[in-house]
Amino acid sequence: MSEKPIIARWRARVGQRDVLAQVLVALLVIMAVYWLVGNVVSNLERQNVASGFGFFNERAGFGINQTLIDYNEDNSYGRVLVVGLLNTLLVSVLGIAAASFLGFVIGIGRLSQNWLISKLAMVYIEIFRNVPLLLQIMFWYFGVLRNLPVPRQSLDLGELMFLNNRGFVLPAIEAGAGAIWYGLAAIIGITAVFWFKRRARRILVATGTIASVWRPAASIFLLALVMAYLIAGVPFQLDVPVLRGFNFRGGISVIPEFVALLLALSLYTASFIAEIVRAGIEAVDKGQREAAAALGFTRSQSLNLVIVPQALRVIIPPLTSQYLNLTKNSSLAVAIAYPDIVSVFAGTTLTQVGQAVEIILVTMLIYLTLSLLTSLIMNWYNARIALAGGTHG
Amino acid sequence: MAEWTPTPPRPAPASSVGFSAWARRNLFATPGDVAFTVLGAAFIIWLGNVIIDWAFINASFAGDDRTACLKPVQGACWPFIDAKLGQFIYGRYPEAETWRVNLVFLFGAVGLVPMLVPAAPFKSFNIAFLLGFYPVFTFVMLTGGLFGLAEVETTDWGGLLVTLVVAVTGIAASLPLGIMLALGRRSKLPIIRYFCIGFIEVFRGVPLITVLFMASVMLPLFLPDGVNFDKLMRCLIGVALFSSAYMAEVVRGGLQAIPKGQYEAGAALGLGYWKTTRLIILPQALKLVIPGIVNTFIGLFKDTTLVLIVGLFDLLGIVQFHFTDASWATPETHITGYVFAGAVFWVFCFAMSRYSIFMENRLSTGR
Repeated sequence: MSEKPIIARWRARVGQRDVLAQVLVALLVIMAVYWLVGNVVSNLERQNVASGFGFFNERAGFGINQTLIDYNEDNSYGRVLVVGLLNTLLVSVLGIAAASFLGFVIGIGRLSQNWLISKLAMVYIEIFRNVPLLLQIMFWYFGVLRNLPVPRQSLDLGELMFLNNRGFVLPAIEAGAGAIWYGLAAIIGITAVFWFKRRARRILVATGTIASVWRPAASIFLLALVMAYLIAGVPFQLDVPVLRGFNFRGGISVIPEFVALLLALSLYTASFIAEIVRAGIEAVDKGQREAAAALGFTRSQSLNLVIVPQALRVIIPPLTSQYLNLTKNSSLAVAIAYPDIVSVFAGTTLTQVGQAVEIILVTMLIYLTLSLLTSLIMNWYNARIALAGGTHG
Repeated sequence: MAEWTPTPPRPAPASSVGFSAWARRNLFATPGDVAFTVLGAAFIIWLGNVIIDWAFINASFAGDDRTACLKPVQGACWPFIDAKLGQFIYGRYPEAETWRVNLVFLFGAVGLVPMLVPAAPFKSFNIAFLLGFYPVFTFVMLTGGLFGLAEVETTDWGGLLVTLVVAVTGIAASLPLGIMLALGRRSKLPIIRYFCIGFIEVFRGVPLITVLFMASVMLPLFLPDGVNFDKLMRCLIGVALFSSAYMAEVVRGGLQAIPKGQYEAGAALGLGYWKTTRLIILPQALKLVIPGIVNTFIGLFKDTTLVLIVGLFDLLGIVQFHFTDASWATPETHITGYVFAGAVFWVFCFAMSRYSIFMENRLSTGR
């Protein structure tokens, strides 16, 4: 049966109105874009600024004080972009690892039965998340690290590591030819862990008894290490930094900008992660803990098998957005001249080349891609743990 | 008839009441707990000593220049803050005109406090004051040029004044913009929906600093020759667009939590889309996400510090700027300045977060 004519007429009118509204919006957007692009073109013509991406191949002519790949002043702006991107990724990945570790520790500390520990964690969270990140970065850089003594009077941490106003000097481990055997031992150890875990799960499902994982895996790893030692001896050398003249020789030097940025990003983000972890664990129903206790689980079993898997499902989505925030916040590096992508590309390169439109758009595009990639990886992980909960039995 | 009197309960054993029982339960329950408590207490005593030494015992409290802060063991250099306080609050705003800024702060407080107290009356009058009169009043008072007030260029604004102007404008602009974007993202009209999704995802995917670079470097290119905004205005636009994208996602969360029946009820009453949204959906949705909205405000307030990177002097920017003053150059000047600025930001952010918790508790009692 067809609709009553009055409803059909009403539907048609609403439909027309919707189409009209959309056409209007589209027209407005197109006109605005046309107007803006027109202005940009005429402004650029007037200012005699070149356009296009030809500058990527031109000589950059400035040095960068932290490069993960070979770079010198004669390299192109394209290589500057890659150097900056790698520096952004370095500080982001290390920052995410440090912030996660610290955040989980503090989040669990917040839930501790111990009143003092819980309050200490609360004070940490409330201080670090209510002070602007930029201020914290500047505090560590201008306030603390640049105020350290000169290399000759470095703060000495066990004759191995040195802290001074030029940064942080660490001993380097140099691997000789025989190191490959130790690598092999590590691979054998990791494989053993996975194999014993799968075996334990199989046994658990089949018979309900719990097979040990870590003891046999650790013995196999130890055996492999002993074999490696018998074959290759000790192929590692510690390259300890030594003071020569006004600076240190040997070891690995970390620039103070990197230390300050990493420290501030980790401490700041950890305060948010701690709150996420606390909320996630609190979200697990009390009955779950009681059920685990009733089944005779030990405290660590109940945590590993009951509480954490359920808490993770609540924790992962907001944790993802904290990881994204940390990556985006690493752009504040520009304030202390850590050579990240914003600092060397959207900063120095932009000043030298002057092509604002191209450079800002490329920078934004790279951050968008990073955000998208992180979201994809974390969504995949989230789907995996969500599925694991749904397919038992 | 004899009345039955129950035997009064015996008091709890002495070992389960009082401070010692509380401490045994919460501080010394297990050997591990004892270790944690001892470690934690040692840490607190150490940190407390460091802070008290720095802020009071070794600190300087009076003096006119750096010589006051060059003791062999020097703590905080408070005279630096004292000497620069006017700058930190008003920037380079002419000293004879600072009463105008004070008046704006005062009116803001007078408008805001009764707004935040749920029991205070005349809410609609209050809203009209804050959204109608106050912005105009602030604009006229701060920029001047009317009613015989001397004109003050925005390049002379600075310190806490700029921080508050950027934050309050960002907050006031991002809420309506964010609501519109959130509604657009849930619209059934594809063109509008995709436009809103694109806007939100782009602004959420890039760091604020690139948006500010865009506003300060690219915005002049977008405008016809001869038209120009001043730097503060450009930053305001950048901050407002950026935070509206975050606000949109918060509001969308609230919209998604509203059951479908509410929309159907609106339709059954014969209300159109806008009336349903305004009278039924939004009041419920916004109430649900007040904590999220306040969190966005806190984030925005902290993000205002980024304007110093594009050359505005907000509170942090002006503190940083005064470190270059040679007459106050001491090893402790930096830390003192950062601690002061950090404390100011902390007070604002902490107050906002406590208010959000208060509102959350208040609103959830009826549910």
